[in-house]
Amino acid sequence: MSEPTIPILEMRNVSKTFDFSGQRIQALSGASLTVRKGEFICLIGASGCGKSTLLRIAAGFEQPTSGEALMWGKPIDGPDPSRGMVFQDYGLFPWLTVRGNIGFGLAARGRPKAEIQDTVSRYVDMVGLGKFADAWPHQLSGGMKQRVAIARVLANDAEVVLMDEPFGALDAMTRDRLQDELLELWASTGLTVLFVTHSIEEAVFLSDRVVAMSPGPGRIDSELQLDLPRPRDVASPTFNAIRGDLNQRLHSHHARRAA
Amino acid sequence: MSIVMQGAPPAMRGHGRVSTARLRALGGRAGQVALALAFPAAILTGWHFATAGEAYSLVPPPAEVARAFWDLAFGGINDDAFSQTLLTHVLASVGRVLGGFGLAVLAALPLGLLIGRVPFVRQMLDPTLQLLRPIPVTAWLPLAMILFGIGPRSAFFLVFLGAFYPILVNTVFGVRAVEARLFEAASMLGCKGPAQFARVVLPASLPAIFTGLRLGLGFAWVVIVIGEMTGVQTGLGAIIMEARQLSRTEIVIAGMVAIGALGFISDRLVMLLGRRLLSWSPNHV
Ligand SMILES: Nc1ncnc2c1ncn2[C@@H]1O[C@H](COP(=O)(O)OP(=O)(O)O)[C@@H](O)[C@H]1O
Ligand SMILES: [Mg+2]
Repeated sequence: MSEPTIPILEMRNVSKTFDFSGQRIQALSGASLTVRKGEFICLIGASGCGKSTLLRIAAGFEQPTSGEALMWGKPIDGPDPSRGMVFQDYGLFPWLTVRGNIGFGLAARGRPKAEIQDTVSRYVDMVGLGKFADAWPHQLSGGMKQRVAIARVLANDAEVVLMDEPFGALDAMTRDRLQDELLELWASTGLTVLFVTHSIEEAVFLSDRVVAMSPGPGRIDSELQLDLPRPRDVASPTFNAIRGDLNQRLHSHHARRAA
Repeated sequence: MSIVMQGAPPAMRGHGRVSTARLRALGGRAGQVALALAFPAAILTGWHFATAGEAYSLVPPPAEVARAFWDLAFGGINDDAFSQTLLTHVLASVGRVLGGFGLAVLAALPLGLLIGRVPFVRQMLDPTLQLLRPIPVTAWLPLAMILFGIGPRSAFFLVFLGAFYPILVNTVFGVRAVEARLFEAASMLGCKGPAQFARVVLPASLPAIFTGLRLGLGFAWVVIVIGEMTGVQTGLGAIIMEARQLSRTEIVIAGMVAIGALGFISDRLVMLLGRRLLSWSPNHV
């Protein structure tokens, strides 16, 4: 198989304005981004710089005010199972068990029962929730809920996983573990990941490429290709050098804005 | 009236939790039962001493009511027109309550889902329904008698009307309270448009719908008696009315007891069903 020449996701000069109680808020201004299949990309930036908006446009929840959002070269005109979203607040269906949540998309799309059961079991095991397969969401910890949220997009054949600060509400230890698990899944499945975070360390630990955004109005500021080998050592000098560099880039906007 | 009822369930729930905790402190299950029985026992005792042996008491003593109830159910004591008729009347009332309630569910549930979810339907129907809502069900009785004639069909209609609004109002409330996030999650998983009614809207609003069902059924029992009080031959409302005209107060009270028991039982049944269907909900008892 040859590498496809068309990018899996592409944002071309995307702007987004919201009308908010009579006020016009420009959330995003001329953002362009190209994502190739299999890439792990982190979007990073201060809050309010349009990260979620960009992700929601990629998901199809929002339409750009101007510019184009494309998947495989075709305009994104609404949410689709090929682009799975993982929310910070999980968004699990409380009336479905872990199994029910993971099988939701397949059931909604009318797949045969036997296939659903097989697929669900596979993904329940993949995210290590065998013992909790029949638990209700309210009985799970935050980390387990987020595993379910990831499993239900993967079980639904997502090609791109869009993650909006997915580990932001978790404690540090759980977050570290989920980062490792996510990287494993990514490496073994050939997924494409677009991951929003405001933690520089998380971005450097996870991604092939860090996309830095800046506010007022939200735009893409710079990109940084990371060719560090994995698994990455957060204590290594190289890691820290990159972290410092990114830190400076993100802070220079503040300086520029203040000036 | 419905507005008050709407606010009631959460308050009732919270209150229930507090008092159960207190009761537990008073000494386990036996203590709970004893405490729950103490109050009615005191009332019965007071009632007994105030009425037993009084020649011209307007209210018969509890023992006489119990005897009337037995005769109403099984006969063998008075052998008059009321003897052994309880089952007939119970079945007549239960039939009307279930029929009217069932019809109210069939109408209010889909309508509530649509009003809650589809702006067009809400804008078209909600103002009218809100204008009609403050009219007490009892005020519909004369019109119902004109429309449906004097007889069981008016009672049936009143039950329907009484159960309709609590179910509708709570369903709409439940649907509107569904988190937007769940619709986003469903649509990115491939469940879009009308398919979301069955897979998201209905299950997500089920706790509120059950509150509506319980209130609606309770209302149905309130209204059935009024509906059966004019021109109906059978039903608990009918015997209460007939017994009053014959000054058989002990039968009036026996009929009241029967209605109370049936209302209580039907509420328990709905609650049990709710418990099974809502076991997923962390704040449903
Ligand atoms: N639905 C909306 N309506 C109005 N304003 C919005 C909406 N969504 C986002 N915004 C505004 O757009 C800007 C960017 O928001 P967002 O994309 O959420 O930023 P981030 O995720 O980087 O914190 C903010 O100023 C936010 O208030
Ligand atoms: Mg955000």
